[in-house]
Amino acid sequence: MKKLILVAMLSTLLSTAAHAKNFVYCSEGSPSSFNPQLVTDGTSVTASSSNVYNRLVEFEPGSTKIVPGLASSWEISKDKKVYTFNLRPNVAFHTTKYFTPSRNFNAEDVVFSIERQRSKTHPFHNVSGGKYEYFDGMEMGSLITDIKVLDPMKVQITLAQPDATFLANMAMSFMSILSKEYGDKLPTNKKTDMDNFPIGTGPYAFISYQKDSNIRYEEHKKFWGKKGNVDKLIFAITPDANVRTQKLKAGECQFATDPAPADVADMKKNPKLKVMEDAGLNIGFLAMNVTKKPFDNLLVRQAISHALDKKTYIAAIYMNNATAAKNLIPPTIWSYNNSVVDYDYNINKAKELLKKAGFPNGFETDMWTLPVARPYNPNGKKMGELMQADLAKIGIKVKLISFDWPTYLEKSKAGEHSLIQFGWNGDNGDPDNFFGVLLGCASVKSGSNYPRWCDQKFDKLISDAKLTTDVKARTKFYMQAQVIAHDQAPVVNIAHSKTFKAMAKNINGYKLDPLGQDYLADIVVE
Amino acid sequence: MKIFIKELFFELKKNKGSMIGIVIIIISCLVAILAPIIAPHDPTNVYTEYLRLPPSFVTGGNPQFFFGTDDLGRDLLSRLIYGSQVSLSVGFAVVLISLVIGTFLGVIAGYFGGFIDKTIMRITDLIMSLPSILFAIVIVAIMGPGITNAIVAVSIVAVPNFVRIIRAQVMAEKNRQYVHAARLFGAGHFRIMFIEILPNCMAPLIVQATLGFSDGILNCAALGFLGLGAQAPMSEWGTMLSDARSYIESSPWMVTLPGVCILVIVLSFNLLGDGLRDALDPRLKKQN
Amino acid sequence: MKYLSKKLLDLIPTLLGISLISFFLIRLIPGDPVLNLIGERGADPVRYLEMKKSLGLDLPIIEQFWIYLKNILRGDLGTSVISNNSVWSEFAERFPATVELGMISLFFSILIGIPLGIFAAIKRNSFFDYFLMSSSLIGYSMPIFWWGLILILFFSVKLGLTPVSGRIDFIYDIPTFTGFYLIDTLRPEVITAEGFAPFISALRHLILPSIALGTIPLAVIARMTRSSMLEVLGEDYMRTAKAKGMSKKRIIFIHALRNALVPIITTIALLFGSIITGAILTETIFSWPGIGKWIVASITARDYPVIQGGVLIISFIIVMTNILVDIIYYFLNPKMRN
Repeated sequence: MKKLILVAMLSTLLSTAAHAKNFVYCSEGSPSSFNPQLVTDGTSVTASSSNVYNRLVEFEPGSTKIVPGLASSWEISKDKKVYTFNLRPNVAFHTTKYFTPSRNFNAEDVVFSIERQRSKTHPFHNVSGGKYEYFDGMEMGSLITDIKVLDPMKVQITLAQPDATFLANMAMSFMSILSKEYGDKLPTNKKTDMDNFPIGTGPYAFISYQKDSNIRYEEHKKFWGKKGNVDKLIFAITPDANVRTQKLKAGECQFATDPAPADVADMKKNPKLKVMEDAGLNIGFLAMNVTKKPFDNLLVRQAISHALDKKTYIAAIYMNNATAAKNLIPPTIWSYNNSVVDYDYNINKAKELLKKAGFPNGFETDMWTLPVARPYNPNGKKMGELMQADLAKIGIKVKLISFDWPTYLEKSKAGEHSLIQFGWNGDNGDPDNFFGVLLGCASVKSGSNYPRWCDQKFDKLISDAKLTTDVKARTKFYMQAQVIAHDQAPVVNIAHSKTFKAMAKNINGYKLDPLGQDYLADIVVE
Repeated sequence: MKIFIKELFFELKKNKGSMIGIVIIIISCLVAILAPIIAPHDPTNVYTEYLRLPPSFVTGGNPQFFFGTDDLGRDLLSRLIYGSQVSLSVGFAVVLISLVIGTFLGVIAGYFGGFIDKTIMRITDLIMSLPSILFAIVIVAIMGPGITNAIVAVSIVAVPNFVRIIRAQVMAEKNRQYVHAARLFGAGHFRIMFIEILPNCMAPLIVQATLGFSDGILNCAALGFLGLGAQAPMSEWGTMLSDARSYIESSPWMVTLPGVCILVIVLSFNLLGDGLRDALDPRLKKQN
Repeated sequence: MKYLSKKLLDLIPTLLGISLISFFLIRLIPGDPVLNLIGERGADPVRYLEMKKSLGLDLPIIEQFWIYLKNILRGDLGTSVISNNSVWSEFAERFPATVELGMISLFFSILIGIPLGIFAAIKRNSFFDYFLMSSSLIGYSMPIFWWGLILILFFSVKLGLTPVSGRIDFIYDIPTFTGFYLIDTLRPEVITAEGFAPFISALRHLILPSIALGTIPLAVIARMTRSSMLEVLGEDYMRTAKAKGMSKKRIIFIHALRNALVPIITTIALLFGSIITGAILTETIFSWPGIGKWIVASITARDYPVIQGGVLIISFIIVMTNILVDIIYYFLNPKMRN
């Protein structure tokens, strides 16, 4: 009898010990796909790449430093054109209800994943719309000329020309490694399952997804890396920032991503919560279309630069959770030129410049306000109202216009705007990811150069900077480029906002990622 | 006509609720008209040093801003005062548009009957089978957000109510003696419809118009709340409410006050409409 | 029966009209759905055209409508451009949530509204009557998008009594059986695994949204009950009954109520439409994963097939309930049958 009681007690003890550790993460939206090759938005990247997949090389959590991932080491040839990756042995793919792997990760999977994006004849190239925005946007297709399997644990990639940003690109979400075996097993009419029911090597395996409601994952028991103690990971999809805060307070979730800046001060005081903050890798700016009058006039652009009171915006729109920006890149990125002196807020100077430019009584123009909330601009409409009031002081009458997001993108890429609010979140921590995308001459055509400003001197500097891998030399080029960008004033840099993550006190092991993803592998629930 | 109004007012005076409604409506109209004089601040002026100030009677308030300020440091009281301008004109516009269109269609449908009636009623049935807000949202999504488009959308949604009421009334009236008499004297269709019959359909029309006010204001505010109504820097109560949503915890007064305003104005029109219905409905009158 | 078949025949042009409206109105929405899919980093023209073709958006609009109609008749409402799921399956997944919320709201509105209305009619012109009638008018005038926020502010944020939003705590993974959480959480396997906690969680999540959604129906039902009771109580046969010496209770509950019930039931049935309207706003505020939220989200996302399909199904439901009301009315009201 005693024995029986003991057994019973033990089993209860064991069952409590084995009771699942749940971690509910309040996320901001529904992912558009679970294949990181197909997505660019932070929501989808966090739901797939960051927690379900791995890459050959990875960003060290909490930094932009590149560390080994599924490749345990790599060699770079002397001419910087051939990269040989030595793959990590004994890495298992997820075992789920819909797929059981028969082999571990090897070179075939690497080729499969890259070729799906590169080669039009790849069996999966056209699946799920077949649009590889990042891969194409980073020009990886023309950069990579060859991928070779040297042996099952060795892959060689050859580039067309040396590229300083290649390794950083390899660490980005779109270079996640998918399972070739899974792809081979899917019947022709079920190929999209690859992108809706993911199989990866990451810390969490996918269980189910209910659009606009939740995503469920469970721990990947054979995960090759270090992992915290979460057994069940649940994404509670909560688009409203203040609702995420309320849910966190009510204990309905243990983590709230990007809480509303207005709630941060209050949350910091709450003893049950902790708030982590980081200088985000972003920039919010007002672009002036230099191909339109009167913004082709440098004096007008400088006048506007003097007329906008960034301090007010930072107080009212960012709730003081941002720093005023004077360069396009945030100060945390190397090559930041701190010697640039920003245009000060000075109405008289602005009026004078405007007079010199031939507009003593100002003029009328339109401003497009950002229709979506982004960390770099939490409320475009409100910021527009403030800018409208500021510009009125120097006689510029501004009409605020906004469109729904897709129309906004469509029209601005075509260059129909005069003044327009925009911003950027860094993808890989490289300065080129800002300068090239936002102010390069090539981007005027592709549309992401919103001021449509093409300065030959500036463009030469940033092109040269890309061809060398010597950080010192690159820094020099970018420093000079920033001076030109400041003097020519194609954009008014407004702010680099901080990013916030709020979580319950008993959550440990979370590291803030400057690139804005949430890596949940190391989470420990106490 | 004069006697009719006099009698109506006499009946109304007996009803306390509708008197309260009338008083509130008159006050709101006065506030709306006198807004530039009585508002303590410019509703669009931004006081950057006073962001999200609580009402002056709460700790942390500032006597300069009676109801506090919003997230851009604009005086809330002034914005609410100017908001009454928007809401009342929106209600008026909606009633005017839907009344004119609805009456016209209703009279024609009821008077001619047959194919014309069938077609008009089929379309009204169609519109009524879609939930009003859903239909209005779709219309605004097509035409783009903005106060004018919101008014148009809400008016379209309100038209069927008028059509139905007028049609039923006209159908009852058109076989009366006086109509036959007018026809014998050679009156044309137009004259019979709008000069002879229509004035006899006034009672239900007045009730519906009053209730249309409250529906119009409520629906436009709902569209504003969904971000499809009035745009910045116009101060409209529904839009103010949706802007304030993110501050529900940190600045609850920003959420509370615009809603109270909407409720009070809608309620006062409903009170009046109720009173009018009682006063004009002969069946209920008998019971009293 | 002739009456019914005529009603059902009338349905055909109505439904055709609804599909016409839903199709063409939505085609006029500005913004390019293809571009929306592609996202903020742009696309090359070749891919753009390929995508447009695969969505069938390159055909002439009349042809698109014809295909749309044919598909509806086959029960195919199209595929969401955003999620790639069939519109029907997206609808079916969300509809139970709306029905559950709507039913609970309506149930309590009836349960509270009818007795209040009867009581007010009996105690006519008393303080209680005035109080009830004024509060019901306030309820009727309530902007529910604001009312919902105030309920959250007070009960969830300030007092912490009720959950902020959603349908159930996310830690519970309830297998879908009926789609109604109040039923699914009581299935034996759920109870053996988690006990009654999921049921209680589902119940707690229902409280505020059903108060918000039920406010207007409650007000309407109470007022309607009161006025139709008053009307019946004033009729001649009531006086006769009273004269015959029937007890007051018997008069009210047997005779008056039975006769007053016809207009009350009609009112309740007509409230289905207003419940769906209310659900659009309530679900937006409480992140309730039903069809209201679904429609609003698809309008922002310009998910044409979903808006079309959603509008079509919702109108269909409303048209059907209206016919159902007619039928109920037909059977309840003997005068109609002759």
